[in-house]
Amino acid sequence: MSLPQHVTPSQVTDVAYLPPGLAQPSPAGDGLDAPYWGAALQNKLMVQQCNGCDRFLWGPEWVCHACHCFDLRWTEVEPRGRIYSWERVWHPVHPALTNGCPYVVVLVELPQAGDVRMVGNLLGEPIDRIEIGAEVEAVFEHHTDADPPFTLVQWRRAETD
Amino acid sequence: MARTMRGQVAIVGVGETPYYRHGQSPDAEFKLALAAVLAACDDAGMDPHEIDGFASFSNDRNDPPRLAAALGLPELRFSNMQWGGGGGGGSGAVGNAAAAVATGYADAVVVFRSLAQGQFGRFGRGPQIPRIQGRPAFTVPYGLMSPAQSFAMRVQRLFHERHVSPDTLKAVSLAAYYHAQQNPRAIMHGRPLSSEDYDNSRWIVEPFRLFDCCQENDGAAALLLVPAERAKDFKHAPAYILGVATGVPERAAAGVHNAPDYATSNFKSVAPHMYDMAQLGPHDVDVAQVYENFTGGVVMSIIENGLCTYEEANDFIQYDNLIAPSGKMPINTSGGNLAECYMHGLELQIESIRQIRGDSPNQVANANVHLIASGPMVEPVSGMLLGSEATR
Repeated sequence: MSLPQHVTPSQVTDVAYLPPGLAQPSPAGDGLDAPYWGAALQNKLMVQQCNGCDRFLWGPEWVCHACHCFDLRWTEVEPRGRIYSWERVWHPVHPALTNGCPYVVVLVELPQAGDVRMVGNLLGEPIDRIEIGAEVEAVFEHHTDADPPFTLVQWRRAETD
Repeated sequence: MARTMRGQVAIVGVGETPYYRHGQSPDAEFKLALAAVLAACDDAGMDPHEIDGFASFSNDRNDPPRLAAALGLPELRFSNMQWGGGGGGGSGAVGNAAAAVATGYADAVVVFRSLAQGQFGRFGRGPQIPRIQGRPAFTVPYGLMSPAQSFAMRVQRLFHERHVSPDTLKAVSLAAYYHAQQNPRAIMHGRPLSSEDYDNSRWIVEPFRLFDCCQENDGAAALLLVPAERAKDFKHAPAYILGVATGVPERAAAGVHNAPDYATSNFKSVAPHMYDMAQLGPHDVDVAQVYENFTGGVVMSIIENGLCTYEEANDFIQYDNLIAPSGKMPINTSGGNLAECYMHGLELQIESIRQIRGDSPNQVANANVHLIASGPMVEPVSGMLLGSEATR
């Protein structure tokens, strides 16, 4: 696969963090979030932005909560962020996860996009220490064999300069 | 004239079925609901045919027209569902029923909740479906799908932002289990929890251990509400509704964990309305029943309902302060959702009424003002203040 200029090969993976068998995401039937899922397949991270007031908006919604403008666009943002909160899951609540614990879920805020937050997994050893505020970068986890194919936006600790 | 419900409505009857571990009820969910409704009327000494309204919450499956038909009610005037999942509607449903009674919309309204999870499936399981769309598509594929998983990151953020200690979670759990040992109805009666037991218990999802998480149970509970002028026509001392409020702060339900104020139980905007209606403040509260889905939500509820500040939390939310009768602020004196029964929190109103009647297994002397905080961290939450005759 040829990669967009802004994505280096290490930010893409075909190796799933969690075992197979969880519900697979697909775009909502009402069309609200289809651009996000389409962009993720292309290794791009997109969020909504208001054409009335330029505010970044997330999760997907039909109207700007600030100015009530319905005219929203999809904006590609740099796939970086920082950990806003986290949890380490030890108890499987789904049969697919019986041998998949522990794993880490992170809530990542995107300073370059109005501090909107996204949920993903923190790749790496699940028992490693996790710090709120740590810089992370997105990893596009492709599920090309799924029907329909989908991409999860995962996160890993950013290389420090 | 100020618009208020303060003191206009009384709870004069309470009913409970036996409480069971999840899936263990010998009775169907609708039968449990009927039994609790009839028990509340029997407790009050009121003919069940006088019921003319029902209210519930959390999409209870047992709809009022069917209840009214089954019970042969001459007429049904009020049937109400408080929107929102979890236990956030526990006080809201009572408030809705009270509003109907206070305004003459109905005269005798029963608030109820019935759960038979063996019949209908459990809350704490993730969805076992092949595909998912909409808001859950942004969380479930990452293994974030259960209530515990949905709330753990809020509590982790609380620790970070407010320097609240995880020890507060343990104190809440130990207090609930302590109270349950005096309560023969409690599922965890006879199963005391020590500090070591808590420390050695397994993680469910950090920062929640096993004993930070509520039970899931089968059973039903019901409350009977009438106008205050009828309050003394029944068998027991009435409990008056002093204040009630429901709601959420700004954009609390923003998608994918984007609430502007994240480390919150959602009571910050709700509690002031409750206290204003009651013309009371947090310092007036004698005993608090604080819904435990997870102990971290209790800690946030205690703070956001004004019982202590963030700065005081680590000193205040300690076992000795939380137990009856000696603690500064006894909480969950029946054992609550953690150790008595998870009746979606409606058992907390019933315990407040026991305290007002002097019937609690962990009775607090001279306790007149009772706070109930329902369903922290869900949207919407609700809270109420109940009072004895002395508070009118």
